[in-house]
Formats: sequence, structure tokens, C-alpha cells
Amino acid sequence: MRVDWWVVVLVTAVVLFGLYLRGLAGRLDRLHVRVEAAAEALDAQLVRRSAAVLETATCGLLDPASSMLLADAAHAAQVAEPPQREQVESALTHALRATLDGPEVSEVMASGGPGQEVLADLAEACHRVVLARRFHNDAAAATFRLRRQRVVRYLRLAGSAPMPRTFEMDDLPPEPLRIPG
Amino acid sequence: MRVGLVCPYSWEVPGGVKEHVRDLAEELLRLGHDVSVLTPGDPEADLEPYVVSVGRAVPVPFNGSVARLVFGPVSASRARRWIRENSFDVLHAHEPLAPSLGMLTVWAASGPIVGTFHANYLPRSRVYGASYGVAQPTLERLSARIAVSEAARGTVVTHVGWDAVLIPNGVSVRRYAGDRLLPGFPREEPTIGFLGRIDEPRKGLPVLVEALPAIAAEHPSVRLLVAGPGDVAEVSAALPDEVLARTDFLGLVSDDDKAALLRSVDLYVAPNTGGESFGIVLLEAMAAGAPVLASDIDSFRTVLDNGRAGELFPVGDAAGLAAAAGRLLADPERRRAVGAAGRAHVQQYDWAEVARRVVAVYETVAKPGVVVTEDTRAHGFGLFARPRENGG
Repeated sequence: MRVDWWVVVLVTAVVLFGLYLRGLAGRLDRLHVRVEAAAEALDAQLVRRSAAVLETATCGLLDPASSMLLADAAHAAQVAEPPQREQVESALTHALRATLDGPEVSEVMASGGPGQEVLADLAEACHRVVLARRFHNDAAAATFRLRRQRVVRYLRLAGSAPMPRTFEMDDLPPEPLRIPG
Repeated sequence: MRVGLVCPYSWEVPGGVKEHVRDLAEELLRLGHDVSVLTPGDPEADLEPYVVSVGRAVPVPFNGSVARLVFGPVSASRARRWIRENSFDVLHAHEPLAPSLGMLTVWAASGPIVGTFHANYLPRSRVYGASYGVAQPTLERLSARIAVSEAARGTVVTHVGWDAVLIPNGVSVRRYAGDRLLPGFPREEPTIGFLGRIDEPRKGLPVLVEALPAIAAEHPSVRLLVAGPGDVAEVSAALPDEVLARTDFLGLVSDDDKAALLRSVDLYVAPNTGGESFGIVLLEAMAAGAPVLASDIDSFRTVLDNGRAGELFPVGDAAGLAAAAGRLLADPERRRAVGAAGRAHVQQYDWAEVARRVVAVYETVAKPGVVVTEDTRAHGFGLFARPRENGG
């Protein structure tokens, strides 16, 4: 049997292209799973942070005005729905920086007194929001980059999965509570 | 938490990454976590109970030197078995972009995976295309990326769009904070200490040798204590008599003797001229309470808190080194202050603290009820893929 060389080339090319597409589809699938897991983790860390803020507001460490500001912002964060959530969480960060940025806070952190534990918990919770948001946004951005490729768009390799969005908020903790990283 | 750590380099060869993995594993065990370490290594060797070997590493040229790496289908299938048999909550691979066990394991696993980057290596332009094709999908498989220094972070950031959390190397402050001195110490003669390969110019011994006569002019009894691997006969043959007469070579010393040396000397000098991505030896000196005088390279400046936790002199500047060392040797009060500042500053690098920050990353990516599983899907072009079981 005689096989024309171009048939061989064509078949090889089609097979290789198919394998390439399969690899791309696998990467996309993994990234979507990753973004979803990262979004859940971010949600959990935001919830943990607002709980830690409420704890700080009600433990009697702060003056009544600061306590009220923080409790109000934390409550707003706990009930916020997706479209507003980025602003409301940023507002909570601003409230934290407005109330907990003084040298008194560093002193309590260094003292080892009763307030120290509450503030250390809060610092840890703020730090984890920073981590979780960075991991989420890195994964979302990577997915976005891959989905922008022509071959992915034209062949609809991403299927019906929604395009992931980065979560944009101000998550910079007040100076005395900052954990490097 | 069940944590699987992957070390890319041979377990029996001393090295920064291996020591990092060992110290992290032991600190995690102390914190009550379950730890297993997968590493290349001599299968006959007497390994720590938490270490699993995939077999001997092969020396191959990589990134400008010869590295002992493992690769190939046999190692990959052992990595797969280790993943299957352990059900880790988090898999933590070290140097996942180096073509060794870290990369193999990341490609064989799916679930919460953390990667730590130690070295700064940028692929040369000719291989950039090929390595980009591997690097991008590798980075996509990581739930979280950690870099031990700004230089290492550069490796990650180069791959557009990715970033890493900065968690520095740790030092076991406890191990260095003891009180044993070297025999014959404390002694009258002011003593300067040097640690590192004696025949590798970038470790800076030549700079210190050049500076020594000027220091001796001011402190006639000054001695130099040198510890580190290298051919002593060859190096001392090249030294001027005046320097040789003041120098003691200890050769390669144990960790305990290194700590004793650092506690014994009046001044520890790190004259490195470059190529240090972190500077763990400075942490060890600070933990031992030795006043540090180091060259002003980026990584040293960071570790020394911009000169607050130790003094800096311009890189490769023997005259600058001599002036600073002379001043410090003449001022015990200042030396004590520098040593104390170093000891205070090094606390944040203690493994107890560093491991806590690593665990924070684990807890951010781990999910209750989710474990790391073997990824049975196609890899690369899928030519070596295993069939998927139950279509799942």
C-alpha cells in the first residue's frame, strides 16, 4: 500500500494539535478548580477577620468610640453581598487603620498583657486575608491570561465556566499589626 | 496537619536547600504535625525516620554548575506512589522550577500544593522558550508560592503575572545560643573569624587577607581564624608570610564547632563579593551573638536590617574593611552593642517563628476534607499518561 507523504504529515500534525489542545484543556480545568478553591479560602479568611475584629471591639481594650466604629464595620462586612463586598471589606481595613495605628497598640502587642492575645489573633487574621487574596488573584490572573489566547477562545476550551475576577480590596493592616511577607 | 515535603537535592550532601527542608520538617514535627520528606539520597544510608528516599541522584550540569538531581520515569513513579500512600493535607515542594524531584512531584499531584523558591536562576535566552513552556504550567499547579529572599522572588516574578510570599530562611537560634567556646578562648589577642569555602574567591577571603596588614598596624596582636572546606596547603602557599603567621585554619568544622567559633571570635567578617541570595551564615553569627561586619551586598543588607543589626563595608573594598574592623576591635562597647542588636534582630528568623509563617500559608490553602491526590491526567503531550480510572 502506498501512502502519500503529505497524508502522514497531516495525520501527525492533527494528532499533535489534538494532544496540545488536550494539554491546554487540562491546564484550564485545573486552573478553574484552583480559582474556586482559592475563592472559598479567601471567603473563609474574610469571615475569620471580621470575627476577630468583633472580638477586638468587644473585649474592652479600646475606647468606646473605636469599639463602635470597628463593630459597625465588621458587622457590615459580615452581611455584605458580592457586588459590594470589595468596598465593604476595604472599609473594614480603613476602620482598622484608623483605630489601631497608634503607638499604644504596639505597646500592648509588646507587653504580653491580656489584650495582646486578642490583637495577635487579629494580626494573624489580617495576614491570612493578605495571603488568601494574593493566592486567589494570582490564580485568577493566570486563568484570565490563558483564556485570552486565541485558540482557547475560538475553540471554546473553557466551556461554560465563568471568567474568574480578581478580588480588589485594600488589605493593608495597621502598622503595629503588620506581619511581613 | 499531614505535610509532605519534597527536597530536590541529595539528602547526604550538605547544602542550603537540604538544611532548610530538614530544619522545617523538624520544627513542624515539634509543632505536632505529621511530616514525610521525599528526597533523592543513598537508599542504604541511615536516614531520619521521616525521610523517604527515591534513590541516588545523578550529577548533571545545570544552571552553570553541576547539580545532583533526579529525573526520569522511575523517580516519577516513586513520587506518585509516595503521594498515593500518604494522603497529605498539603504538599510542599522545594525548587519546583529546577528539573528535579520538586518539579516531578508537582506534576504528579493535584490538590493543595505549596512551592518554595530558593535560588535566583533565570533561564538563558536560548532555552527560555522551552523552560517557559514548563515553568508556566508548573506555576499554575501551585496553590501558593513562597520565596526565601527578594533574589529568589525574582525567579517567580520573571514569569509574568506571578508573585510569591516572602518568608526568609530560618536559623535554629537555640543551636547557636549556647555557651561553649573553642579551646583556648577567651584569649588576649583580638580575633577575627571567617567562615566559608577558602578557595572560592566570591566568598571573599582574598579581600580579608588584603585588609589584614592594615588591621595589624593598628592591632599588632590580631589573629585570623578561618573555617571552611578547601585545600589549606594550596591557599596558605599563596598567602604573604605576614598574614600566614597570624592565621589559623580549622578546615571543615561541624555545626557545633561552627557555633563555638562564632561565640569565640571578637568579630565575624563576611567579605563575600556577590552571588549570595540569602546569607544564612550571617543569621548563625547573629544567633551566636558575634558582632558582624559584612560586605554591602543586597542580601546581606536585608538580613542585617540596613546595617542596624551589623556593620557593612563597600563590596570588595579591603581598605574600607580594614578601617571598619580596626574601629570595631578598638571599641568593645560598640562590639557588644552590635552583637546585642544582631541577637535581637535574629529572633524573627528563628525557625519557630519562620515555621509559624509557613504554617499560616498551609492553613490558607488546605481545605478540610481535601487531600493531595495523584494527578492521573495527561502530562505535557500526554504520551506517558496513565489511563484515567473510572473516567474520574
